[in-house]
Amino acid sequence: MSFGDAFFGISWLDIIIRTLIVVIAMTVVVIYLTYGERKVVARFQMRLGPTRTGPAGLLQGVADALKLVVKEDLRPRNADRWVFEFAPYATFVPVFLVLLTLPFAENWGVRNLALGMFFVFAVLGLNIVGVLMAGFGSGNKYALLGGVRAAAQMISYEIPLVVALLTVAMLAGTLDLNLIASLQGDRPFILVQPLAFVIFFIALLSELHRAPFDIPVAESEIVGGYFVEYSGIRWSMFQLAEYAALWGFSIFGSVIFLGGWNFPFGSEVGVGLQLALTLIKSTLMILLIFWVRATMPRLRMDQLMSFCWKVLIEISFVLLLITGFFLYYNWPQEILALVNWGGALLLLTVIFIRTRRKSEAEDLVGTYKNIEVTE
Amino acid sequence: MTTWPESQGASTSLETVDMTINIGPQHPATHGVFRMVLTVDGELVKDCEPYIGYLHRGLEKLTENADYRQAMGWWDRTDYLAGMCCEGAYVMAVEKLAGIEVPERAEYIRVIMMELSRINSHFMFLGAFGADVGSFGTSFTYGWRERERIYDLFEEVAGDRMFPTYFKVGGVTMDLPENFEARCRDILSSVRQGLEDFDGLLTGNEVFVERCRDLNPVTTEQAIAWGFTGPMLRATGLGWDIRKAEPYSIYERLNFDIPTGKQGDVFDRYWVRLSEMYQSARIIEQCLDEIPSGRVLNPDLPKTLRIDEGELYLPTEGTKGEYGVYLMAQGGTNAYRAKLRSPSFSNLSALRDLVVGNYVADAIIILGSLDIVLGEVDK
Repeated sequence: MSFGDAFFGISWLDIIIRTLIVVIAMTVVVIYLTYGERKVVARFQMRLGPTRTGPAGLLQGVADALKLVVKEDLRPRNADRWVFEFAPYATFVPVFLVLLTLPFAENWGVRNLALGMFFVFAVLGLNIVGVLMAGFGSGNKYALLGGVRAAAQMISYEIPLVVALLTVAMLAGTLDLNLIASLQGDRPFILVQPLAFVIFFIALLSELHRAPFDIPVAESEIVGGYFVEYSGIRWSMFQLAEYAALWGFSIFGSVIFLGGWNFPFGSEVGVGLQLALTLIKSTLMILLIFWVRATMPRLRMDQLMSFCWKVLIEISFVLLLITGFFLYYNWPQEILALVNWGGALLLLTVIFIRTRRKSEAEDLVGTYKNIEVTE
Repeated sequence: MTTWPESQGASTSLETVDMTINIGPQHPATHGVFRMVLTVDGELVKDCEPYIGYLHRGLEKLTENADYRQAMGWWDRTDYLAGMCCEGAYVMAVEKLAGIEVPERAEYIRVIMMELSRINSHFMFLGAFGADVGSFGTSFTYGWRERERIYDLFEEVAGDRMFPTYFKVGGVTMDLPENFEARCRDILSSVRQGLEDFDGLLTGNEVFVERCRDLNPVTTEQAIAWGFTGPMLRATGLGWDIRKAEPYSIYERLNFDIPTGKQGDVFDRYWVRLSEMYQSARIIEQCLDEIPSGRVLNPDLPKTLRIDEGELYLPTEGTKGEYGVYLMAQGGTNAYRAKLRSPSFSNLSALRDLVVGNYVADAIIILGSLDIVLGEVDK
């Protein structure tokens, strides 16, 4: 029996079994993602991270989860009761829905949708509702600021994210994630559309509230943002949603840009190797996100918005146009790749030049002066 | 709570009200027990009301009620990030008032300790400021590494890390340990390495520069009018440093530069502090080269220190600015009046003018760039 067939031939039982597999896998992955993040970031910060619970601290995530489950579930007096209590679920469910359509290996997923990418976009938009509910319902000003910030940020960055992904969908000619992965047997789309990948990655960081775009949850300003009033199991739902989203979108990105289960071995290799490939690629993306988080300060809200509306959206639409031209006139993809790499290099050069502000700072050394001592 | 307008509900017009946000006294951005109430219009700060006094311990009154020497321990706890600088200021004021000579070697040891404290305090600033800007604790641990080594050195020299009470009227408590010079030079090289790391982590970071450059520029005139001293004043371009302007201890003999900024914005404040640490390392190296041997404590000290009538204001360059000690003696073993001119307090007093008109996120950074220590603000 291949995984593509229904379990036991009964469709409703099949759905339940597959969903259960995803739920369990997600929980385990999230527990170890938090552990992994703490370990990786600790290395960046010359610390050890968790070491005490279990060998090398491996049970830290389990201990945290247990603690959160037995913790008291607090609700502030002036919170909007139902909005407050349902917000974690409204945040979590869309993220979980994303996981349902991802192909972890060839035809390995809960449901392989013909409009998979479209489905992901659609449920992505729902995520904002939960965040706004939490921000509004908590009856806390920090939470309100965080919720409003999150809504503005997520709505804005959805546009470049979607447009960047559309350029790939145009090349693939399909929105079926499984099909998109299988088209990358000899050449993942990141080689053809590197600029789209850069835009996707930046917008992804913003969608996931990751540094340097962690403005809605800014710890040094609004101390946690929209989930500041949550505790116990409800808080852990937010945490679960955050890390499940991190994992889900890393797999999503690796399927679309890095070849998912396919590249570099092709579809004839076994399911085990395909799963390993997907996991390795998504782990690489996750590590990149951790790296950025450990080293980047946070942008300001207006800088964030102007970066989206003045830079990312323009570039992504130009990219969309160029891809359209190439497809319409049937120009070879190699030239598209060249144009794309040129664009990506140009973007990196601009960032590099702007980053060399350090030399401007070094000018200040020249302004050392010994003042005259006056009586 | 926000007061909602009466028109709420049935009204069709979209009226907006300002919101007040309380930040502190328990808040990661306030670096201690400081509280400010921001009135915000969305993200824009329209008013800011600072509240201080959570850490008030009555330093001045305590000093007036204790023996000149007994009072010293409390002065450590004003700028608790640089205890040696504070006790240095107090001890020098007492010595000057009483006319007590200090042996040459003790002066060198004092300068070494004070400059190490300055490095310590500025590392704390760099780390905490990086965290304010949002670099998720990485800058914090970067700052902690060298601080830890310097504190270890303090422990070996004086027996305590944060509040050593190492200085004494007429010298220092005890001589340096044997391997001090080698260890100190080792620490200085790692301090330089740590500063390079900070350069790489923050100064060269596009996001950091974007956040801090051109934010909240202050002119020299404004800075003087607000009573800024120290790095806050030097960031505006004026090279005013008490160590050069009114030298105390042996600073006259030492060779060092005064880093200044250009426009007094947040980035310049950061950069001036960073550059100052290199200068502190330079000063310490000169002291290590030139330190004479001999005694570290004046042998002709009276058992009970009594000072006849007199008064004195001694300004010193603390880590945050002009740390001035005023002492008034009217005979007897206690000071009749003691007063601390604390730089953090003066710098903080301009907070409202600095913050209003900026975004909430910037208000946090501006507060961080003032580099306040609440022990010193509240005395």
